[in-house]
Amino acid sequence: MHHHFRDMRRSSDGRVLAGTCAGISQRTGIDVTLLRIGFALIGLFAGFPVLIYALAWLIVPLDTETSNIFSRAIGDRRGIRLVIAVIPLVIVTQVVISLLHVSFVGIFSWPVFLAAGLAILIWRNASESERVWMQDDLVPMLSVESEGPGRWKLILRITFGAALAAGGIVVLILGHPSTAALRPLGGALLVIAAIVVVFGPWWLSLVRDLMAERQARALAEERSQMAAHVHDSVLQTLALIQRSAEDPQNVVRLARAQERELRAWLFEGRAPGSIGDEVTNLAEGVGLLQRLVEADHGITVQVVMVGDCPLTEGLRALLDAAREATVNSAKWSGAPQVSLYAEVEPGAVMLFVRDRGQGFDPAAVPADRQGIAQSIWARMARYGGTVVIRSAPGEGTEVELKMPVPTTTAPSPSSSPSPSPTK
Amino acid sequence: MTETRRPRIFLVEDHAVFRAGVRAELGDAVEVVGEADEVDAAIELINERIPDVVLLDVHLPGGGGHAVLNGVLPHHPEVRFLALSVSDAPEDVIAVIRAGARGYITKTISGGELLQAVYRVAAGDAVFSPRLAGFVLDAFSHGAAADQSGTVTTGLDPELDQISPREREVLRLIARGYTYKEVARDLTISAKTVESHVSSVLRKLQLSTRHELTRWATDRRLI
Repeated sequence: MHHHFRDMRRSSDGRVLAGTCAGISQRTGIDVTLLRIGFALIGLFAGFPVLIYALAWLIVPLDTETSNIFSRAIGDRRGIRLVIAVIPLVIVTQVVISLLHVSFVGIFSWPVFLAAGLAILIWRNASESERVWMQDDLVPMLSVESEGPGRWKLILRITFGAALAAGGIVVLILGHPSTAALRPLGGALLVIAAIVVVFGPWWLSLVRDLMAERQARALAEERSQMAAHVHDSVLQTLALIQRSAEDPQNVVRLARAQERELRAWLFEGRAPGSIGDEVTNLAEGVGLLQRLVEADHGITVQVVMVGDCPLTEGLRALLDAAREATVNSAKWSGAPQVSLYAEVEPGAVMLFVRDRGQGFDPAAVPADRQGIAQSIWARMARYGGTVVIRSAPGEGTEVELKMPVPTTTAPSPSSSPSPSPTK
Repeated sequence: MTETRRPRIFLVEDHAVFRAGVRAELGDAVEVVGEADEVDAAIELINERIPDVVLLDVHLPGGGGHAVLNGVLPHHPEVRFLALSVSDAPEDVIAVIRAGARGYITKTISGGELLQAVYRVAAGDAVFSPRLAGFVLDAFSHGAAADQSGTVTTGLDPELDQISPREREVLRLIARGYTYKEVARDLTISAKTVESHVSSVLRKLQLSTRHELTRWATDRRLI
């Protein structure tokens, strides 16, 4: 049995709280629901299973990890100090309980308080993935939100609290039939007040500390997002500007494009890179595509446009497909320049993306590039467009995209179909 | 052909860094007979030295590239001009071509391609970059659309106002980034035929009197 316990792991899949019950169940073959009910029932009357549970959480590693939380908690001096801060709380409750002569509650309470102390260590030293899990599932439990998915948790909490209170009152009344027995309560309150005055600030700092840590984590997340964006666009643009230092027009163009994108991101919350609704015609869309790919991948996209027309759903898909093809060329071909040629014909828009890179044998396409070709094809096919990919090793690659457009002479389909007076 | 001797090159370009770059890229394959960084000096030196090919920046202090063309070609029509630019403004490019340049390339061109373009111009052929091919296609199809919608065409010679379907095919492939050799292979014609198509388009571009062409160019300040 010993070695069973030794390599026991908490289950990350079947977990409700720490995954301990699921882990035991996997080891011993006992039904997990039975174990859970057993733990909960004994915990309700004795308290010590709660402590055991917390200890198991601390000592037994998660099945996806190699080290347990305890090994990390040893080095967490601040966390240990916070746990020590819980000890006065235990003393307070023990004092109150001894005054009330309800030893039953005393037996129940101290393991629970110690478990709460250990919970601090668990929270502070759990791995990032486990912490995310706890935050997602436990924090809403403690929130006061009464709308949406948090609602049932609130009901659960109130029910649980009411049950505890009722239990407490029953215990008090059963233990002390005469009201005179409530007299020591006044003394107990004084002692509690004294301890709160002495240790209150300490507890407060505990709460503040937890809150500060949560804020710090949110801040760090925001920072890393910001860094990713700055790297993707701003730093790339600066690199391009350095490279084109002797070409003032290009520098201005790059700087302006970056400014626009940064503004859109900071003040309108628009993610960089989406060909949004603000682009209304093909030439603008192609220009945006050029800027985005140049900024993101540091290559030159040479654009040649013949004609222009308003964007339709199909043409937006065409632009997305063209962008994918261009990015693909930028990443794989090794060529410093990609040519993009778009022509508006009666009834269709043709768009060619061509590089003079290493090319590939279309008959022997690696799986990852096959996926890219498929995705380009899928975007186009949805609106009746077609894709032809021409390539040969050493001869570069050309992607030909064709998207049909309605050949309406009227500028907008909603206008009345009266014949045009200017003939 | 000019392969027997190195073409004599003259650089007209106001960025010294770029002039040095071009010199380095062309290396020993050409003989650089002079440089100028503004219009008047360029006209004077070119008329004096009579190079085979002038590499001409479209944007120049003192009048722009076409001023140099107007100052040289009446006296020395044998001097060939190849326009170079980073500018995307079609009206500037069209102006230089209409003033007599034999081709237009962008400055992002590689050293090998630049040399090829120089040889081609020296041999009397036209050089179209993808961008110029796009401009021409746009100008001529734009004009055609205008014809359909009933605006007046005042071309004196209808031949000059249209590009043939074959020429259009050639231009389209050039606009897609194909080299002359690749165009020839794709259309299963000889490289020489491609060159003659391109030269024919250049001639039409220079001689066409249709004012749509000019209007198109000025309409497209922003692309």
